[in-house]
Amino acid sequence: MRITLTVNGRAHEVDVEPRDLLVYVLRERLGLTGTNIGCDTSTCGSCTVHVDGESIKSCTLLAVQCDGRAITTIEGLANGALHPVQEAFTSEHALQCGFCTPGMIMAAASRLNEVKDPTEEQIREGLEGNLCRCTGYHNIVKAVQKAAAAG
Amino acid sequence: MIPAEFDYRVAGSVEEAIGLLSGNEDAKLIAGGHSLIPLMKTRLARPSMLIDVARVPGLTGVARDGGTLRIGAMTRWHDLERDPVLREHCPIVAEAAGQVGDPQVRHAGTIGGSVAHCDPASDIPAVLLALDAVIVAQGPGGTRRIAASECFEGFFQSALAHDEVLTAVEVPVLDGAGCAYVKFNQRAIDWAIVAVAAVVRHSGGTISEARIALTNMGTTPVRARAAEAAMAGASGDAIAAAAALADQGTDPPEDTFAGAEYRRNLARVLTLRAVERAMGA
Repeated sequence: MRITLTVNGRAHEVDVEPRDLLVYVLRERLGLTGTNIGCDTSTCGSCTVHVDGESIKSCTLLAVQCDGRAITTIEGLANGALHPVQEAFTSEHALQCGFCTPGMIMAAASRLNEVKDPTEEQIREGLEGNLCRCTGYHNIVKAVQKAAAAG
Repeated sequence: MIPAEFDYRVAGSVEEAIGLLSGNEDAKLIAGGHSLIPLMKTRLARPSMLIDVARVPGLTGVARDGGTLRIGAMTRWHDLERDPVLREHCPIVAEAAGQVGDPQVRHAGTIGGSVAHCDPASDIPAVLLALDAVIVAQGPGGTRRIAASECFEGFFQSALAHDEVLTAVEVPVLDGAGCAYVKFNQRAIDWAIVAVAAVVRHSGGTISEARIALTNMGTTPVRARAAEAAMAGASGDAIAAAAALADQGTDPPEDTFAGAEYRRNLARVLTLRAVERAMGA
């Protein structure tokens, strides 16, 4: 099937099989390997991207379900300068091994789109679909708090 | 993991989806896909065709019609959680929607998909049972209204025929009754080990009617009939005594999360918490 995906602002026409998962199309067809595949069972959140501005786990989404939709990956989040969440992850040391980081940042950015001035609890709830194998949650939450304060 | 091959069609209308289902007994509908796609990856489900109904117009949103709220089948958890009409008039649906999966899952999953899927650990079936909700299905012969008590027939088995499309769920306006959905799980993203939905009419600390339904205490959601009967007219310590009957008549599963006896205890404890919360405690 031929579908159109607008990825990070650029339209791509791609031939896919119905069974192709979005994460594989992003990584293997479009070369956007910033989105990681972790558990592959919609548990860990490593593969989180935005579809029409909302966080979603791209390992549990068929690319054909996204035909005509706008997708943002970690590569497209920065707009010239780093996104405030990316900036805060750097300054607050919110990553150790870095594997969960793209998904964490996409989940956090989506949460901040929905809740402008979140409490710590609202941030933690917003990240409940993402696992950090280094258990570095404390600094991740601090980074999201900093990004929220920065607007 | 990648699913086995299948054909994919986008339905433009409910009628088109019914037509495609009628012509292919292996076909399945897909909405958000967050229950179905994992099953297809592991080959527990292997449909030859997926019919995508997520884009069918007119199947989303909440509308009030007198004493009934009609929820479009393709309304996502994320939207139910925030819906102002639902939060005011039937908050237990919004509360349960906000406890499904995680934010990413709630951006995809729909109420209709979950009802049709009939997973005994899913949150919304017990809520609909406690609400005496109605499930609306459209098939080749027209529209059918199924009581929630008739809808959840067995393990992953709903009362929907193969060629029927679930189009809406109708829940009552609850003005005057308290309600709560209390879920117990180990990690935020897990299914309920046990959960309890309670809808309680009460005055001055005395219960006149309690409707209590349990999640994951059997192959389908079940009403806690013995506890409900004992709750009627109860106040004070009698409410706790009634909650202690919540596991009667249930047949809870054993799995890696919990044994049957542990689940029975959870059902009793969570029923008391749910009823107390519904009464504003």
